[in-house]
Amino acid sequence: MKKNKTGFGYLLNTIVIILLFTAFQIITGIFGSQGSFKLVVVPCLWQCCYLIILAASLNLVLGFLGQLSLGHCGFMAIGAYTAALLSLACERAGLFEDKEGAVFILILFGCIIAAGILAALVGLLVGVPALRLKGDYLAIITLGFGMIIVNIINNLPFCGQDGLAQGSAAASLYKNGLGFGSKDKVAYIWVALLVTILCLTLMFMFIRSKYGRAIKAIRDDEIAASASGINTSYYKVFTFAYSAFFAGIAGALYACANATLSTSSFAFTNGGILNSTFVVVMVVLGGMGSITGSVVAAVIMFLVNYQIKNGSWVTALPASVQGIFEYPMLVYAIVLIVVILFRPKGIFGTYEFSLMNLRRDMKASLARKSAERAERKGAKSHG
Amino acid sequence: MLEIKDLNVFYGAIHALKGISLTVDEGELVSLIGANGAGKTTTLHTISGLLTAASGSITLDGKDLQKVAPNKIISMGLAHVPEGRHVFARMTVEENLRMGAYIIKDQKKISENLENVYSHFPRLKERSRQLAGTLSGGEQQMLATGRALMTNPKIVLMDEPSMGLSPLLVKEIFSIIQELHESGITILLVEQNAKMALAVSDRAYVLETGCISMSGKASELAEDDRVRKAYLGA
Repeated sequence: MKKNKTGFGYLLNTIVIILLFTAFQIITGIFGSQGSFKLVVVPCLWQCCYLIILAASLNLVLGFLGQLSLGHCGFMAIGAYTAALLSLACERAGLFEDKEGAVFILILFGCIIAAGILAALVGLLVGVPALRLKGDYLAIITLGFGMIIVNIINNLPFCGQDGLAQGSAAASLYKNGLGFGSKDKVAYIWVALLVTILCLTLMFMFIRSKYGRAIKAIRDDEIAASASGINTSYYKVFTFAYSAFFAGIAGALYACANATLSTSSFAFTNGGILNSTFVVVMVVLGGMGSITGSVVAAVIMFLVNYQIKNGSWVTALPASVQGIFEYPMLVYAIVLIVVILFRPKGIFGTYEFSLMNLRRDMKASLARKSAERAERKGAKSHG
Repeated sequence: MLEIKDLNVFYGAIHALKGISLTVDEGELVSLIGANGAGKTTTLHTISGLLTAASGSITLDGKDLQKVAPNKIISMGLAHVPEGRHVFARMTVEENLRMGAYIIKDQKKISENLENVYSHFPRLKERSRQLAGTLSGGEQQMLATGRALMTNPKIVLMDEPSMGLSPLLVKEIFSIIQELHESGITILLVEQNAKMALAVSDRAYVLETGCISMSGKASELAEDDRVRKAYLGA
């Protein structure tokens, strides 16, 4: 009985996702050549995709495992550089010439997966020693790791200051490689969406699995978890690496979306959108322990960031308020404080959206309504 | 069944256990009593592998427990109910119990064990869908105990089950311990509440600053003048 129900759930979700995906493909087909769609909507969607993956992957560590990691963007940087360098190498080796055809798509996915795997391996390396610590100490270690990784990349001869960040390599990344111009972004937005859906599915399955139950147990009570025979260090390191894998994939999508890569965009001091604390704000806002929450919060925070930087209403504000927006980190800090004061569990808490739950809730509310109606009828006939 | 010989444990420079030896035979309820800081919890933690001993041996059915990783010890039939009601607060009662059977793969066996635990703790069955964090202190203690029983262990180590409970609940918990004992489960009980512990146990050891100062039948120890003076307030 229970088995059938999960099977039905998977089927239902798959059908709905395929329908939405096709609908989106048709919309892209119709509007793809229009200026605002090409120059605003698609780039925004692309950014949302990698932010969603980034936030959801951090939620695995922060919300489900209960460990504060402040170096998530370090893994993203690894993913971004892996994908960019790999695609550049492929291009220089003459494997593809322009962004068309099956070979390019194969290389594209290959780069994305390689980015994830390398980030996961580094996650493993960092996780083994770091996860012996807890709480504040772990936060400091991971914070340091984020800085170290940026510095290492900066000083590597093939990808640092003179490599992808500036100079001829950057131009090459833009023309070929994975750096997508606005036309390519429209053509390959389906890749970003597909990768996001796949990543979210994998994360959902992880949370629902035996592994997910184990890490939630570790979050709630580590002593009780180890008394129940759970190998806590193994699960902690595994989750850390699993989360880094998706951060790496988010990095690969970031590399696709941008003409040039610069380590400064992943640095902790960066006031922009790719700051590890910004990702923490997204997770806390959405709800620690809700993938749905991370998805929604990533979109919200993206819109906030976008409006602060590009909204026409900003210029209409008095100068003193506008001054605040010069420092976006200040705005995120305010968002974080407001969330913690008024809704500490975040927008969704631990609630997960699922079509099966929706169906169940709708059935329940229908049943309740009909029961109420019957009651009213009964009361009338008695009256 | 469980045999400890000459166990020495250090916390840094502090000699916490100074060569203690004790045995628990099959089907027995043995209690380890003593004041704060005597080393009772240290003993249990060393048995279940959370602490490493400097010297000495711990064997369960002849197998050396010190060579086994802490998370593997439970699969050898030794379950530990940690001190202070450690439950998974954000999971339901039933999920908590199922976590206890994490190492068992056979679903049928898990449901069997679940029914068995519910038969010992009917209160948990009533509250199976409730979040564990919202249970009362006594119920959380029952849940922690029930979770340890989910693997059908040969021996259960219980650490201060009466801690922080009202006198009425202490009585209830001890009657449950006695009931578990009567159903054939071997128990090593650590307690500060010496009176209650001696009343339900077969044998007892008295631990004083890292050494076992007295041991014997629980009923005889309860009559012993030194024990009465030091632990029973008489």
